[in-house]
Parts: sequence; structure tokens; C-alpha cells
Amino acid sequence: MTRYTTATDADREAMLSAVGVSSIRDLLAEQIPAALLRDDPLDLPAGRSEQEVYTHLRELSAANVSAEDEVTFLGAGMYDHYVPSIIDMLLGRSEFLTPYTPYQPEVSQGGLQVMFEYQTAISELTALPVSNASVYEGPSAVAAAAYLGKLANGRTRIVVSAGAHPHTIATLQTYAKGYGSELVVVPLRDGATDPQEWAAAIDDRTSVAIVQQPNFVGAVEDVAALTDAAKQAGGDKLVTVGAYDPICLGVLAPPGEVGIDVAVGEGQTLGNRLDFGGPSFGFFAAREAFLRRMPGRIAGETTDVDGRRGFVLTLQTREQHIRREKATSNICTSQALNALAGVVYLGWLGKDGLPELAELLVQRTHYARRKLAAIDGVELLHEQPVVREFALRLPGIDVPALVDFVQDRGYHPGLALGRIYGEPYADGLLVALTEQRTKQQIDRLAELIGEAIGAQRTATAQTTGAVA
Amino acid sequence: MSTPTSIPEERLLPAAGGSDPRPLAAPTTSVNPIQRDHATTIFEKGAPGRRSFVAPDSGVPEVALDEILPAKLRRATPARLPEVTESELVRHYVRLSRRNFDLDTGFYPLGSCTMKHNPRLHERVTALPGHARLHPLQSPERSQGALALMHGLERQLAEVSGLPHVCLQPSAGSHGELAGVLLARAYHEARGETRTKVLTPDTAHGTNPATVTMAGLEVVKVATNPDGGVDLDDLRAKADDQVALIMLTNPNTLGIFDPNIEEIASIVHGVGGVLYYDGANLNAIMGITRPGDMGFDIVHFNLHKSFTQPHGGGGPGSGPIAVSDRISPYLPLPVIRREPLASANGNAPATEGFEGFRYSLVEHADAVPEGAPGSKSIGKLRGFQGNYGCFVRSYTYITSLGAEGLRDASEIAVLNANYLLAKLQELGVREHLPLAFGTRCMHEFVLSGGPMKRELGVKTLDLAKRLLDHGFHPPTVYFPLLVDEALLVEPVETEAKETLDAFAEAIAEILREAVEDPTIAQNAPYSTPVRRLDEAKAAKQPVIRQPLG
Repeated sequence: MTRYTTATDADREAMLSAVGVSSIRDLLAEQIPAALLRDDPLDLPAGRSEQEVYTHLRELSAANVSAEDEVTFLGAGMYDHYVPSIIDMLLGRSEFLTPYTPYQPEVSQGGLQVMFEYQTAISELTALPVSNASVYEGPSAVAAAAYLGKLANGRTRIVVSAGAHPHTIATLQTYAKGYGSELVVVPLRDGATDPQEWAAAIDDRTSVAIVQQPNFVGAVEDVAALTDAAKQAGGDKLVTVGAYDPICLGVLAPPGEVGIDVAVGEGQTLGNRLDFGGPSFGFFAAREAFLRRMPGRIAGETTDVDGRRGFVLTLQTREQHIRREKATSNICTSQALNALAGVVYLGWLGKDGLPELAELLVQRTHYARRKLAAIDGVELLHEQPVVREFALRLPGIDVPALVDFVQDRGYHPGLALGRIYGEPYADGLLVALTEQRTKQQIDRLAELIGEAIGAQRTATAQTTGAVA
Repeated sequence: MSTPTSIPEERLLPAAGGSDPRPLAAPTTSVNPIQRDHATTIFEKGAPGRRSFVAPDSGVPEVALDEILPAKLRRATPARLPEVTESELVRHYVRLSRRNFDLDTGFYPLGSCTMKHNPRLHERVTALPGHARLHPLQSPERSQGALALMHGLERQLAEVSGLPHVCLQPSAGSHGELAGVLLARAYHEARGETRTKVLTPDTAHGTNPATVTMAGLEVVKVATNPDGGVDLDDLRAKADDQVALIMLTNPNTLGIFDPNIEEIASIVHGVGGVLYYDGANLNAIMGITRPGDMGFDIVHFNLHKSFTQPHGGGGPGSGPIAVSDRISPYLPLPVIRREPLASANGNAPATEGFEGFRYSLVEHADAVPEGAPGSKSIGKLRGFQGNYGCFVRSYTYITSLGAEGLRDASEIAVLNANYLLAKLQELGVREHLPLAFGTRCMHEFVLSGGPMKRELGVKTLDLAKRLLDHGFHPPTVYFPLLVDEALLVEPVETEAKETLDAFAEAIAEILREAVEDPTIAQNAPYSTPVRRLDEAKAAKQPVIRQPLG
């Protein structure tokens, strides 16, 4: 008997007798063709006790360098924010942790009301009236928004700013091939979406126009100008999509007020751990007109037979289990528990706290940007306004080697942009801030980057000298 | 309508398995304490100025916002988020949690969902900082443990499925399906063939046809034969050179292992099509038989089903895929590479690898040798590497159970299902709730509530609602679609015989009660936080967010 199965030998005997077979193997052999029924065990190691498995998992954990082990300025889509203790406590409750999707609303009011509250919070954050109850994560949320656009206007060209996360563009490419759309990527100029190229790329064949805010190199885009230009070039049927970092919406104009029709994004920054990239959640909000084209679960308010307020999954005729091949999406299991973390986090920050946190990020990021740009050998990659992340350029410096040098000293200076982009950003460094990064840590990072540059120059000088 | 109250709640539901002696609430119009806890949202609580969060001092010289972030880019009015203290937050969400039924409290035989016990070791190891606080863009050199774990899980899943190549990236089953259909499409296109048809049985999960449309292909339905398997004549008639793939679940959603699976594989392969295995029902066959051995080319796993993730009220999940050699060049990126530490770098210190190997992530197809996994990749399906937190749990599960434990899990899942079926028949429910197909089942079975509806006036929905009063989560209802008033029951291996007995007795009791007075079931439930909800009203005039003043 292994530890999670319950049947004792006596149970097995009684159950087999009730079924009317003499062994489990016979029960299987009645149903599975002999050629397919295995007698050999799988080629996997024998099971192990809980404490042995724990030790092994702890060793695996210890072979990673996490944000617990170094002072990290690494972001690029996921960020080392502080996760408040009530989130661990609430997410650990059996009643939230272990139910399935709320198919029986009478005994799922907790989960359904959480969805309703989450939808309200996302609607407030985005200034858009309609939110679903979550999608998988950021980049695939953008691809889902593009699919909504195609369903809405039947057009087959997707225009996306190069400022979108590279994983977003890659995911869009994969999905677009599936649903038969082509992708046009508009380049950046001075770190922000090039307005001329943007307008030129869009016409009446364009289904969706997608911009990320702030963009991948940290710049705050002039979204209002971009959506305006997109609607002028593509007409009213064009769907504008914004991919947002929700924390930044504490200080940035909400998508609903700058011409965005569908706002999506990666929800990790709202109370979710890094978890090496997931699970987190994606949010998905839109204008009223798109309500019946939304992907995923939506909770709605209603009353029970006694007139009590209650919540149900609603507008299910959009969904795969009802509409099958005509569904607006294939999504089923999503990220309910991570969305719970999101709504608890937004309640914890509260109305005043979210802007305070966002402004703190702006102030510390501004300080860090100036501090690092003042280092000899460091330039700004762009001078656009930023909220929580900025890009540097280190001409002539081997940036991956610099990252390694700084990491060896307990700090992670950020993403070597060449690792994702190659040229033309081979000498780029993307630095991210959270409220966990203090002034002292920023100052120390500046010292370490300075030392790393100095060390590389010294090494180069010695090599050159030796050759001479 | 009840009013807000401070009366403390009682536990909502008795424990399943008959262990709670509390008598079943008789149908009554009186209001129990949990029903008096009127639903108010967090937005209706608190007061202006209350808060939980206190911002740290910025510590840097403050600069006027206008100088660094122009006003036209900024938000003019704050989002109207709640204004509550931590105590209010905790009380609100703990009270809400008590309005949920959950697996830790009671039996959850939701067919096709595999609601098996969630070991708490998994939560503990996933929360270790080296896993939980690891950034997805940490360099491979400094995430060797994570990559070793992912590689290990890939090998485990490859062995369970009988298919050699695994990609962990998809976020859930339906995401894995999308990956699979795009892979099949890419495979055919690389051979210069444009195939547009996807065969799906009429028993298929709704995600299958929805995925086909998203992948730009066309659904062709295949009929089910009287034994509950694929109708071979219909399959032969529809299998032609336009078929890209067939999507099957085996055992299927009727809980029936299709005995003709080898013939089905031969027919589809015979016209050049690919076989796709929907892994939703993998819990029936782990270590017993393998999709790869049945002839499948592509499999998706639901880690949140067979490999026990807590379901979180609707996610997170994880939907890795396994494929045969011929499909592997098209796998999504990145792929994990493993090399012996010595050959990777002769001088590397042991800390740079894990247990003698060095792991790396290959992000670009041009870095992969021709023909190897990912060399003609369909691209990425999402950001980063997938739902790593789910990988940690499932890797822990498979490592704990080993080969023998996995097989035991599936064997007991099958035994429990057949026992529950036998017990129900012993209690005489067959007259009103016959088994829809066959005489045996794998890990789940489908009853038809058709006779119950016709003879007693009690629908499957009524039975499900009355089960709530007995402290059980109902089975899946009205799926699969081809069974009249379907009830899809999956008891899983972690439930004890006593629980199955109590559940069977509850169903028999509900039927006895319905013979006497069908209105009891028709108006159920009575003991839940709310009673039957008006779903038509919710859809007709959608209120999907809290209006704020």
C-alpha cells in the first residue's frame, strides 16, 4: 500500500468480491487488449518516504540562486515584490486551495464572490467596465486579446509594437499562425513606439493594434496618441489592445481613459511569487461591447430562490463546454488561486496604498537611473519617462560578463538585453526596481557596476599591452 | 432577504463519508447561521482612510512627479480599491472561504476532474525560497536545481506516456491541446501537406473542438458505437487524406477503454493522420498501459488531475505535452538540454551543475541540431518556461510514489470506480440510474438520469443539488453530451471504501425519498449558504462587478 491510496488488503478483497472479479489485473484485462496491458513496471525509481523526498527537493532548491540569496534588480516581466503574509495564510486555506472550478454555485459562493470582487478590482484598475475572472498569464493573454479582435472584426492583420515583451511577440506569432493572422512588428524610436511607423503600419485590414505599457525597455508610452492614430488609420472596427503592468496603474493613466479597448497583462506583480515564471495569472478587461466575446470564466451576481444575494458563473454560452467549436476561446482551467492572491493584494494595498507604492517606485527608479547613468562608461538607452524599470547601454562592455561579476558579489544588476534581443541591444542592461530595493542597495549596485567596468577595462588594457 | 449579522458561522457542511453524525437537515424554510451571513463584498466594507499597507520611506531625494512623469501620462483619480484594515481583510476572506465546499472537507467525485488528495508536502517544498523566489530569467548557471527538476519531470512524464520527448510549457490542458494541434499542423505542413480536418468523437471534452477552431482547422465529429467506443465504420468513412489528426481520450469520457484503439490508430495512420491523446483520463492507466504504446503521437497531461495539484477553485493547472520522434522537431521553445558536467566544462566546480550534469535552456531553433527537438519549433505558447510551481508539485508526487505507487494509484482508482458502481447496483439504483454503456468501467463511469427524470420527475440536476444536503460534492452533470441526463462519477484512489459506501447510500436515499416526494429533490438544496440561484437572470442582465458610488 502506498501512502495516498486507501484500500487495505481486506478492502481490496471485499471490493473485488462486490465487483465480481478475482483480481485487479482481471478487472483490467477484461477491458484492455492483452497486447497493451503491461506487466513490467515503469522504468522509474522506487517511491520514497516523505522526509527523503523533502530532503531531495530542498537540495534542488538550494542549487538555485533566488531573490532570497541575492539583491536582485532583475525584472523584464516578473518582479520581486514583497508578498504580504495574509496571502500565504489565505491561499493556504483548504477552502480556497482544494475546490475545483465552481460548477455547483450553492457550495462555491466563496470562490465565486472572490471572482466577482477580482473583476471589480480589475475593472477599477483599468477603468474598463468588463473583466473576466483570469486567464493563464501575460503573453498568452495578449494572444487571446488578438483572437478576440479577429472574432470581432474578421480582419487578419495584427500590428504590435516592438516594445511588447519578446515572449509576447513570440507567443502572438505562434497563435496567429493558428488562427490565420499575420503579424507586423512596429519598431521603437528612442525607446518608445515609433509614431510614424505605427501609423503607417495600420490600415483597414488591421484587426488589432497592440502596445505594452510600460514597454519592455521600461519606457512609458504615449498610449493616448498611439490609440488615436490607430483608430484614425484603422477605423472604428480596429481593436486597440494594451498590455499593462498592473502595479504601474497606480500612477499611469488607466487604459479605459486612453483609448484602449482591451487591456490585458501579467498579474504576477499583484501578490504572486516569482515561482521561476509561474503560476501567476493574466488579467483581461474590455469595453462593454466585447462582453460576449470574452474568453474564460466570468462570475455574475444574482439571487437565490429565497431572494438572497449570490454569485454564479455567467455568460457561459461563450465557453467551450457549451459552444464547443464555436467558443470564443478554448480556456477551461485558469488561474483562480493566483487571481485570489491578486484581489487580496489589491485590497491590502487599498485605494491610497496602490498610488503610494507606484510613486515610491517612480522615485526610487528615477534615483537609480540617474545614479547608474552617472557611472563612467554607462549611458541611458533611452530618455523616455519610466516607472519601475529602465534600460542602460554600456558601449564596449561585455554585459553578460558584467552581470556575472556583479552576481558573484551578491547582487543581480538586471537583464543583459542581448540575451533576449541579440543585436542591436547587445550592450544593453535592463534594470528593475521594486519596493524591496533600498537606496543603500542602489548605491551599492552602482559601486559594483563601476568596479565591473573598471575590471573589464583593466583586463582589456593588459591584453592590449601584452600584444603591444 | 436576510440582513447583515455578526452571528458566528457554523461549519457549512457535514464531513463526507458519513462520519459526521449530524442528522440531515430536513427540507425547511428556516434560515441557518451560514445563510444569515449576507453576502457583502470587500468593496462594501471598511471606511475612507482605513488601510493595511504602510509604504516604506523612499529614502531617496524626492523629485516632483511632473518633472519625471508628465501629467498627461498619469492617472488623475485613484482606482476605487477597498479601504480596509488587515483584520477586516482576514475576516472577510476567511468568512468567504467557509462558503466553499472543498476537497479537504469532503468527497468530490467530479468526473473527468480527478479530485484526488493534495499532499501537503507539495505545498511545503514549493514554498522553499529556492523555488518560490527564483526569477524566471535567472541565468541557467544559477538555476541548475530548477532545470534539473524540470528535466527530471520531463523524463518521468515520458516514461508514463511512452513517448520520448516532453515539453512542460503549456499552462493547462486546453493550452496543451492547442500546442498539440499546432504541432500536428506544423508536421503536415513541413511535409508539404495542407490537412484541415480534425476528427473528434461526440464524447470529447468541449476544449477539443474549441481548440481546433483556434488552431485554424475544422472539426469532423465521429460517432460512438453501442459499446461506448469509436464507431469504426464512421471513422473509416471520415478518415481521408484531409485528416490532420484525431483527438481521443482513452479511457474516454464514458470511462470506457476503447478495445479497438490499435485498429483506430491503424486507420488514422493509414491515411497519414496523427493521433492526439487528451490526458484528462490518464489517472486510469498510469503504469498499466501507455498512450505511446497504443499508437498515439502526441499526449497532453493535466498535472492538476493525474499528478495532483490543488485545484485552487479553477486553477492554476499545467498541461505538458509528450510527443513521438517525428513530431519532436516542432516542439515549443525553450528546450532543456542536459550534458554531463565533465564534457560541458572540464573545470567546472560541482556547484555549477546538479548531481553530475549541467542543464541549459535552448531558446532559439537555430541553436538546435537539425532534426532534434525544437529545431523547427512552432514557437512559444506563453512567457518563460511554464507553471514551474506546478512542476515542483508533480515531480514531488511522482518521486514519492515511484513506479509501483503510480500503478497502485491507477489500479485503486479503477477498483474504486467499479466498486462504487457495484455498490450502487446492489442498492438498487439501476432502475432509475442505469449505467449508460457497458458493464464495467475504468476510473469513472456514466449513469443516465433519463429514467429517473421520466418516472420520478427528478432530473440529474435535482439529484446533484440534493447530494449537497448530504455533504457530498455532486459528480459532473450533463456531460458527456450524448448521454441523457448524464452523471459522470470519478471516485479516485485516495477515497476510502467507507466514503464510497456512504455516497452510494446517499444516492439510494435520495431516490427513495423521490419516490415518496419528488419535490424535496426538485427544490434542493436546503442547507447550503445560498439555495438555487437564478442563472437566467445573471446572464440576461449581467452584473459582473460591484457598482461603486
